[in-house]
Amino acid sequence: MGRIKTIARRSFLIGSAAIVGGVAFGVYQVNKDAPNPLVAGDGEATLNPFVLITQDGVTLIAPRAEMGQGVQTTLAALAAEELDVAWEDITVLHGPPAQAYYNSVFLGFAIPGAHYKDTPFKHGLRQQVGKIGKLLDLQGTGGSTSMKDFYERMRHAGASGREALKIAAAKQLGVDVAELTTQDSAVITPDGTRIPYSDLVEAARDVTPPDVELRDKSTWKYLGKPMPRIDMVGKSTGTAQYATDIQMDGMKFATVRMSPTRNGMISYDDSIAKDMDGVEAIIDMGDGIAVIATNTWLAIQAAEAVDITWARAAYPADTAGLRAAIVASLDDEPNSVVRDDGDVNAAIAGTEVTAEYYVPWLAHTTMEPMTATAHFTGDTLEVWSGNQAPTATRDACAKAVGLDPAQVTLNTTMMGGAFGRRGESDFSVQAALIAKAMPNTPIRMTWSREEDIRNDFFRPAIVAQFRGVVQDGKAAIVDGKIAGPSVFHISSLRQQGSIPPGPDRLHVEGAADQPYGIPNFRIAGHLTDMDVPLGFWRSVGASANGFMLDTFIDEMAHAAGADPLQFRLDLARAEHAPSAAVIEAVGDMSGWTGSTPDGIGRGVAFTHSFGTPVAEVIEVEDTGNGIKINKCWISADLGVVLDPSIVEAQMTSGVIYGLSAAMQGEITFSDGIAEQENFYDYDAVRMHTVPEFEVRLLENNPFIGGAGEPSTPPSMPALGNALFDLTGTRARELPLIKTFDLIL
Amino acid sequence: MTTQLMINGTSYDVALPDDVPLLWVLRDEIGLTGTKFGCGVAACGACTVQIDGEAVRSCQVALADVWGDVTTIEGLGNPGNMATIQQAWVDHQVAQCGYCQSGQIMNASVLLDDIPQPSDQDIDDAMQGNLCRCGTYPRIRAAIKDAAQRIMDEV
Repeated sequence: MGRIKTIARRSFLIGSAAIVGGVAFGVYQVNKDAPNPLVAGDGEATLNPFVLITQDGVTLIAPRAEMGQGVQTTLAALAAEELDVAWEDITVLHGPPAQAYYNSVFLGFAIPGAHYKDTPFKHGLRQQVGKIGKLLDLQGTGGSTSMKDFYERMRHAGASGREALKIAAAKQLGVDVAELTTQDSAVITPDGTRIPYSDLVEAARDVTPPDVELRDKSTWKYLGKPMPRIDMVGKSTGTAQYATDIQMDGMKFATVRMSPTRNGMISYDDSIAKDMDGVEAIIDMGDGIAVIATNTWLAIQAAEAVDITWARAAYPADTAGLRAAIVASLDDEPNSVVRDDGDVNAAIAGTEVTAEYYVPWLAHTTMEPMTATAHFTGDTLEVWSGNQAPTATRDACAKAVGLDPAQVTLNTTMMGGAFGRRGESDFSVQAALIAKAMPNTPIRMTWSREEDIRNDFFRPAIVAQFRGVVQDGKAAIVDGKIAGPSVFHISSLRQQGSIPPGPDRLHVEGAADQPYGIPNFRIAGHLTDMDVPLGFWRSVGASANGFMLDTFIDEMAHAAGADPLQFRLDLARAEHAPSAAVIEAVGDMSGWTGSTPDGIGRGVAFTHSFGTPVAEVIEVEDTGNGIKINKCWISADLGVVLDPSIVEAQMTSGVIYGLSAAMQGEITFSDGIAEQENFYDYDAVRMHTVPEFEVRLLENNPFIGGAGEPSTPPSMPALGNALFDLTGTRARELPLIKTFDLIL
Repeated sequence: MTTQLMINGTSYDVALPDDVPLLWVLRDEIGLTGTKFGCGVAACGACTVQIDGEAVRSCQVALADVWGDVTTIEGLGNPGNMATIQQAWVDHQVAQCGYCQSGQIMNASVLLDDIPQPSDQDIDDAMQGNLCRCGTYPRIRAAIKDAAQRIMDEV
């Protein structure tokens, strides 16, 4: 296994040739079941890695991290739909890091080609390649993959569990299994007797569950309906537990100050800090310090009192220098040209449009700053961490403290927001190291908000240059160049120690993969060699490219004298019917006429990302005391809507996250350090600035799409386009507060 | 030295320096972790609790300055016996990550004490100090209005 992992890490994360070879090479290992990591206690039976029957009911393992997106509820509903368990009998746990819970979608992203063009064959190929994730123990929550990953897997787990319970009951009763049915957590005999699942625990232990057909969608009782969220009562009563809420006897409280230049520490002086109230220890973390105290606040006070000399940053020290380096890389050879239809240099008579766009550095700012709790005993380590990558986090913690991964217990808790930030293991490793410095003492570590912003893994600034030609009211040429540092390369280097070869598709997603039938359409990705720590920010590449491509499409529509909504519809209709349908739907919902009264502006935008086409219309109003956003209409097509309430919440959530960035989000750098400190200078949409929403969900898409991210990319251009409609001023840079008098 | 606090109807003797904020007394000393830390500078509202019925940012109230009885989210209701406003939160499926919701609920419940039938403008004014990065605002607004109606009906 070790060798397979090594080979796989080296070759499978890359281009298609290596992956296709990998499928042939690893077909046995890929299809073999992963071991069940659940250990049944007394009076319990585990039917498969996802279903544990206890005396109290049914515990379902939903091995994707709950960051607010409702994943535990819908994963539970998927299993329960087949298992016939009553909703109130269900307990949901995240479960341990384990191969059985590998992400079966991530690696499929490496298959070339835009997702909207997927045929059933290509979709199947992505699924097969995705299964290689099992060999890598690749467990992760992100990329809007959870429903794609578990739409069938979780239902199979429920169905095979149900059949196992029926077999157990048949043996116990001495009847034919075909005579039994199931309902509300019980097996029902032909005479109507109910045998609760909990009474079948002993008999079910030795049953090998069979594979059975999944039930037809028309029979669904839970799926397709709004289910009461599993986590809702806990989160409404303050009883939901995050990593920062773990309580243990003898616990101490810690915080860190790590290098804000991301390049280490030269020296520090803790002579004042070490004598401050409550301080128990100050630890040299190599590239920063940690303070352990009797109270978190006392630890934060002492950490601020440590006088630290940081090493200089290895990247340009200020925002202007970073931007200049990004602009310069536009002249380098492109890393990718994954979209190159027709000939963008063709001599076509028409109106030429050119534009250069810039989007800034962004931080995630989850409501819960980075936190983790750890307890080190010498030969064991237990960590509580809200994390999106359990296997990688466990392994990183083990390595940091010099233990084997088998000696590490990782509890993946609820997380107070993630948005991609908690895919990193930095904060979990820090808690582990601090706990190792004070063995046998539970340590609860909490970052200050200032630390959380300074030491984020940022969404990079991106620059793009577009040239287009419109002819006879239609787009004839779009030629785009997108430049910036690579999130994928920098995170791969940090996490796997190497940069995968081949084109970086994430860098151009949201632009190169759009379902627009433009006859001459080219998107080139240029990578800037730069060491700023980068991470996955909700919707990743599309968070930048969605704004830039769609704004350019809007500029072309105006140059063509066309209605912006009709212009997009014409482009999409020729290429992808589900995309055209969401554009049409948002026009219908918003009563789009192409004209607005004085003092009102409307903009439309569209992005296909994470398998889901989303169209949005935003309306803005000049109040005389600044511009406010009145309303946002969203139409999206996820193929199948498993929980309309949760999907609606994700759609509006993604827009609000995007609008926060579009309106005012910007990280700037000085002396190599992020200048923003807290919510007073890195703020977001609030109650008085949030628009009204209307959401319509379509189901024309042949494959299930993601929910958590796809509404974010079009929100930014929809706002910019609405502001253009209102004012006649075209903003080609974010945040928009630099150009417009927005009410904040 | 110790400071005596009345929290959710229970008296506690706290042995911490006078300047430790109430937030960190509640979380690290008393073990009431429903109140959350978000910013430390009264910019997000995640730490909102009530002192004598007034909504306050517990990160800004020093232990020595706590002037009355403290109510936290745990004192408002519990999973088996939720306050009306908490039930409205559940019925409207408000929470996403949930981290800011204790503060939102503690703030909203004071709003309803002060203004039993709040307008949208009242809700904007009262709630704009409470940040939610998941963007649950539309459902918070709906839950507040619903809770207002239910409280009226109960009276």
